[in-house]
Amino acid sequence: MSTGRDRVLARIRRALADAPEAPEPTRSYATTHTSDDPAAVLDLLHENLADYRAVVHRTTEDDIALLLMRLLAERGSQSVLVPPQLPPHWLSAADPTRIHDRAVLTPADLDQVASVVTGCALAIAETGTIVLDGGPDQGRRRLTLVPDHHICVVRAPSQVVASLPQAMPRLDPTRPLTWISGPSATSDIELDRVEGVHGPRTLEVVLLTES
Amino acid sequence: MSAPTARTSYKNGANSTYLGMPSFPRAAHAAVRDTTLRANLKHATHTIRDKRAKAVAELGDWADLREAGKQIKDHTLRHLDRYLLQLEEAVTAAGGTVHWAADADEANRIVTDLVKATGEREVVKVKSMATQEIGLNEALEAEGIAAYETDLAELIVQLGEDRPSHILVPAIHRNRGEIREIFTLTMSAWGRPAPDDLTDRPADLAEAARLHLREKFLRAKVGISGANFMVAETGTLVVVESEGNGRMCLTLPETLISVVGIEKVVPTWRDLEVFLQTLPRSSTAERMNPYTSTWTGTTDGDGPRAFHLVLLDNGRTDVLADEVGRQTLRCIRCSACLNVCPVYERAGGHAYGSVYPGPIGAILTPQLRGTASELDASLPFASSLCGACYEVCPVAIDIPEVLVHLREKVADQGGKGHRLEKAAMKASGWVLNHPAALATAERAASLTRKAHPRRLPGAAAWTNTRDLPELPAAPFRDWWKRNRTS
Repeated sequence: MSTGRDRVLARIRRALADAPEAPEPTRSYATTHTSDDPAAVLDLLHENLADYRAVVHRTTEDDIALLLMRLLAERGSQSVLVPPQLPPHWLSAADPTRIHDRAVLTPADLDQVASVVTGCALAIAETGTIVLDGGPDQGRRRLTLVPDHHICVVRAPSQVVASLPQAMPRLDPTRPLTWISGPSATSDIELDRVEGVHGPRTLEVVLLTES
Repeated sequence: MSAPTARTSYKNGANSTYLGMPSFPRAAHAAVRDTTLRANLKHATHTIRDKRAKAVAELGDWADLREAGKQIKDHTLRHLDRYLLQLEEAVTAAGGTVHWAADADEANRIVTDLVKATGEREVVKVKSMATQEIGLNEALEAEGIAAYETDLAELIVQLGEDRPSHILVPAIHRNRGEIREIFTLTMSAWGRPAPDDLTDRPADLAEAARLHLREKFLRAKVGISGANFMVAETGTLVVVESEGNGRMCLTLPETLISVVGIEKVVPTWRDLEVFLQTLPRSSTAERMNPYTSTWTGTTDGDGPRAFHLVLLDNGRTDVLADEVGRQTLRCIRCSACLNVCPVYERAGGHAYGSVYPGPIGAILTPQLRGTASELDASLPFASSLCGACYEVCPVAIDIPEVLVHLREKVADQGGKGHRLEKAAMKASGWVLNHPAALATAERAASLTRKAHPRRLPGAAAWTNTRDLPELPAAPFRDWWKRNRTS
C-alpha cells in the first residue's frame, strides 16, 4: 500500500462525507437514429465514411480479388502488409510483394511498406467508423498505423451496426481496439480540418456484400 | 533542451506555474490590444462554433445524452473511492501497474523514476492536460530527460517556447504564417529541419510536422499519455485523438505511462456510448474523431510490454469537497465553452494564467489551486455570466453558478476580495459606460442561477476596448440561442 493511495482515498471519503446520494443514471437517449433496414444502414455508412474523406468501394466475394489488385496497382504500391489470417483469396490477384507480419519487424521496417490490407471487427454507420480489434485478419495495431495507405474490408451486413449503443455490446474491451473514422486529420491550424498527419493519409474502405 | 526563440516567446518559468503572471484584468487588457491575436481567435472560434451547432443538431436526443452524461459523472463522483479501487483491480489483473499521486510533485517523481528505470533519455508524449497541469515536461528536463510533444498544436507551442491558449487547440492564437515561421526557425534544433521551401498552406505545415516527428516515433522506447476516460469494470483506458500521434505513442514504445486525473473514471464500458457521442461533436464538431484507442493493461505481442497508470489528485479532492463546485469535475475537456465565450474570444487563453483557459478554467483553476494569489482570485470575475458556456456544455456544468459561488468565497476572504472587486470595477470601465450590458449580465444571472449571490456580480466584462460591439439588450444567452444555428 503506497502512502499516496491511502492519502487520496482518505481525502475522497472526507470530501464525500455529506454528499447527497446520486442515483444510477437514466438512459432515455436513443439506441439508434437510423432505420432497421440493412440496406439503409449500409448506405449511411458509405455516406459518412465518404464525408470524412475515406475512399469507399463496394464489391462481392467473387470480385474482391480483382478490386484489391486494381486499388494496389492504382496506388503504385510495391509492397503490401498482410495480417496473419487475411482470407488468402483477397490478395490472390494482387501484384505487390506480400510482407507477412512477424514480431521481428521494427517500426522502421514497417515504414518501408507501402500499403496494408485488413479486415475489421465492426463498422458503425452513424459515425462512419470502422473498429479494429487485433483479430487474425487485422493483426497488431502498428500494421494499420505506420504504412501510409490502409485498405480495410468490411463485411456487410454482418459487421455493420447503425449506432454506438448497438456497437458497444459487440466489442470486447479486453482486446486493444482502434476506432477509425476517416484518414488521420488535424484541426490545429486555425481550426481548419486538414486530412493526413501521422496515421495513414489514405484510407480506402471496401464494403463486401455477403451473399 | 533549448531551441531558438521564435518571434514571440512567452518564457517566464515552468509551464505549470506561470510565475509572475499578471492577474486576469491586466493580462486581458494587453491581449485585447493585440489585433493579430484577436483576429486569430475570432476566426477560429466562430468557425468551430457554427460547425458544432450543426453536428449537435444531427442528434435529436442530444438533451437526453447530455442528461445521461451528467448523471453518469455525478454517480461516479459520489462513489469515486469505490470506482477507483475497482479500476485499480482491473488494470492490475490485466498486467498494468497502478500508482497514486496526491499532488504534482508526487506524480512527477513517479513518472521520472519510471522513465529512469528504463534507461531512456527521451520520451514521446500525447497531448495531455494532466501532464501540463503538473509541469511534467519541466520535471523530466530537470532530470535530463527530453519530452517531445507530438500533437501538432503542442508541437507548435513547444517549438515556439510558447504557452497553450486553448484546451483542444493549444496554438489557436497562432495563424498559419506564424506557424510557418516557427517551424522554419526552430525545427532544426530539435531534429529534422523544416523543408527549405515550406509554405504556409495548412497541408504543407502538417506534412512538415509528419516528417519531423516520424523519426522520433520510430525510435521511441517510452510513451507518455493522459486519457479521456478510464472504465472501472474492465480497466480500459481511452484516448480520443485526430492525428495518429496518439496511436504512435500508445502502440510503438515498449513502456507506456499514463497520467490521469481521478475524475476521469466511468463505471462501465457501456457508459462510453454516451461520451463518444457527445465529446467529438462538442469538441471538433465531428460525428466521430478520426482515431480512438482503447487498451486494457498489456497485450502479448501487440503494443507496450509495460503499462503504468498514475492516478492524479492534485487538488481534485478539494473540488470534490465543495457542494457547488464539485460539478466542475464532470468536465470532459471538450472546450466547447471556450469557443462560445465572448470574454475568451477577446482576452485569449493566456490571460487565464493556467493550462485551463476559458470559462471552465475560470472555475477549475481557482478550485484546484485555491484563491491565495491575485491571479487565481481574479479568475471567477473573468466572465459576463452570459450563460452560453452552460448551454453548450455536454455534461451540463452550470459554470455561471460556480463562478458566482467562487466570487462569494473570494469576497469572504476579506480585504483581498474587497480590493479585487474594486479593481474589477475599475478595469471594467467599458461595462460601466454601457449600463445595458451590465443589466444584461445581471438579468441573465437572475434568470438562470439556482444560487443567488449575496451581492450583484460587479464586473461583467474584462475586455476594455473601444471596438467591442455592443451587447444586445436581450440576455446574451437568448441572443446566442437565436443566432447559433444560423
